[in-house]
Amino acid sequence: MVEKSSNETQQLSDKGFSVVSEGGLRAASSKKLSELPLKIQVKNLDFYYGNFHALKSINMDIAERKVTAMIGPSGCGKSTLIRCFNRIYELYPKQYATGEIILDGRNILDPKEDLNLLRAQVGMVFQKPTPFPMSVYDNIAFGVKLYENLSKSEMDERVEWALKKAALWGEVQDKLQQIGTALSGGQQQRLCIARAIAVRPEVILLDEPCSALDPISTAKVEELIDELVSDYTILIVTHNMQQAARVSDFTAFMYLGELIEFDSTDKIFTNPSKKETQDYITGRFG
Amino acid sequence: MSNLKNINVHLYQRRRVLNYTILTLSILTTIFGLFWLIWLLITLFGHGFQYLDLSVFTKPTPPPGATDGGLANAIVGSLIITFMGILIGAPVGVMAGTFLSEYALRSKVAPLIRFVNDVLLSAPSIILGVFVYEVVVVPMGHFSGWAGSLALALIALPIIVRTTEDMLKLVPNTMREAACALGAPRWKVTVAIVYKAAKAGILTGILLAVARISGETAPLLFTALNNQFWTTSLNQPVANLPVVIFQFAMSPYEEWQQLAWAGALLITISVLVLNIIVRTFLRTK
Repeated sequence: MVEKSSNETQQLSDKGFSVVSEGGLRAASSKKLSELPLKIQVKNLDFYYGNFHALKSINMDIAERKVTAMIGPSGCGKSTLIRCFNRIYELYPKQYATGEIILDGRNILDPKEDLNLLRAQVGMVFQKPTPFPMSVYDNIAFGVKLYENLSKSEMDERVEWALKKAALWGEVQDKLQQIGTALSGGQQQRLCIARAIAVRPEVILLDEPCSALDPISTAKVEELIDELVSDYTILIVTHNMQQAARVSDFTAFMYLGELIEFDSTDKIFTNPSKKETQDYITGRFG
Repeated sequence: MSNLKNINVHLYQRRRVLNYTILTLSILTTIFGLFWLIWLLITLFGHGFQYLDLSVFTKPTPPPGATDGGLANAIVGSLIITFMGILIGAPVGVMAGTFLSEYALRSKVAPLIRFVNDVLLSAPSIILGVFVYEVVVVPMGHFSGWAGSLALALIALPIIVRTTEDMLKLVPNTMREAACALGAPRWKVTVAIVYKAAKAGILTGILLAVARISGETAPLLFTALNNQFWTTSLNQPVANLPVVIFQFAMSPYEEWQQLAWAGALLITISVLVLNIIVRTFLRTK
């Protein structure tokens, strides 16, 4: 998954430039989860912060090239869950997961899994924009350089491709050498998305990507998700139920570390089968 | 105030009085602190400035009684010893600080290292001088610039360890997570991202350590000692400003005393300037 030929790069960048709007296409295919190809399967996942049992026996299937949203009140474990898919929690002592997360047929919770390669395959964008203290160009090149040996012109192309994909190119094409932290909050977040896409992962994890953004930037990021889903499997954690309804195909409702209900977004928002889900959706608690 | 109904006037007045009292006390203590510093500077300038001429920088320390001399060898010696001290202390300190901040999360040794470092930070510098005398000067059989540099490195080390760790800890974890999430190995995250974000802070720590060791006298008395003559070889005793000042100020010769004043002023100005550079450096960060 890491050795990517330059030919493939070309194909991908062609794809990048040609994407107009496949959001409509995605919305049209309202197939059931069981009929779709699966990218990830979560089996009996438990998660602990020391003694605190934060996720309780989670089971869920993630469809390939679909947006799966996770909603629920603060502290319900949705961020904890999304942080399992690239095992970013391993940075901290005393955090551990048990169970299985099957990605393309292999259990990524296996201790033998190479974390760096896993993270090159499963990209992540965080709640707060985190541009690195370097130029816009280098922010994007940083991740690419880790796994690919590109010539200057190939790298230029990749940076442009990623920035276009993240709908940021028009705003920064004259400021590529400017430091990334000088951009506005919304631009910084799209830079982080571009940075994540640039390494060409297969799965993108978005952990409340819009919570620090204004409505206009939020709309831009949502449009972006619509476009990206034709190439990537996307998981998004959000506090904003409207956002989940707008961008996702499937929605998981979590409460107190448990997965209460997981179904197509339509079903969750129009006809949830659990009372807790309905109460949360309608704003009776949370 | 009295036209506001719900305010307890008595409580409000009391808080105002308290506020003024604390403010006055703060101002007075600040003045108290500055008073000594300014007095020190005035004294140094008053006694030293008149002797601070070109020959101080060009001529070596004179023998007793000679009227024609300067501090050139001591200035150069001080620069070399300090530079070498930092050259030894900074890499070790930065790496140790990096270990404590970046790699020691799961380690049980880290709190111990941190504690030992804090002890070293407050250890009297003369102890470090005697220590280096015992482990370097005695086996070598003579005083040397190397021993001096090593003693200064030991003083700089805990300062650099501490500031490096503190500055790296200031880099938000979200930055590390973001870099790791791209598939970057831990060392790459540390070197390419975390160091970059903490660069100004780490350099500040090193400069503060330079300021601290450039005035140290006690550890040099036991190690580099002094030298009447020019030398750039660290294998021999090397002249240095603090020890020259110590020796000349205690001497009965007027010319020596004058040079001591000039040297004292010189060190003070250097440390002051270094501190001002550090401040502006941190501010522009």
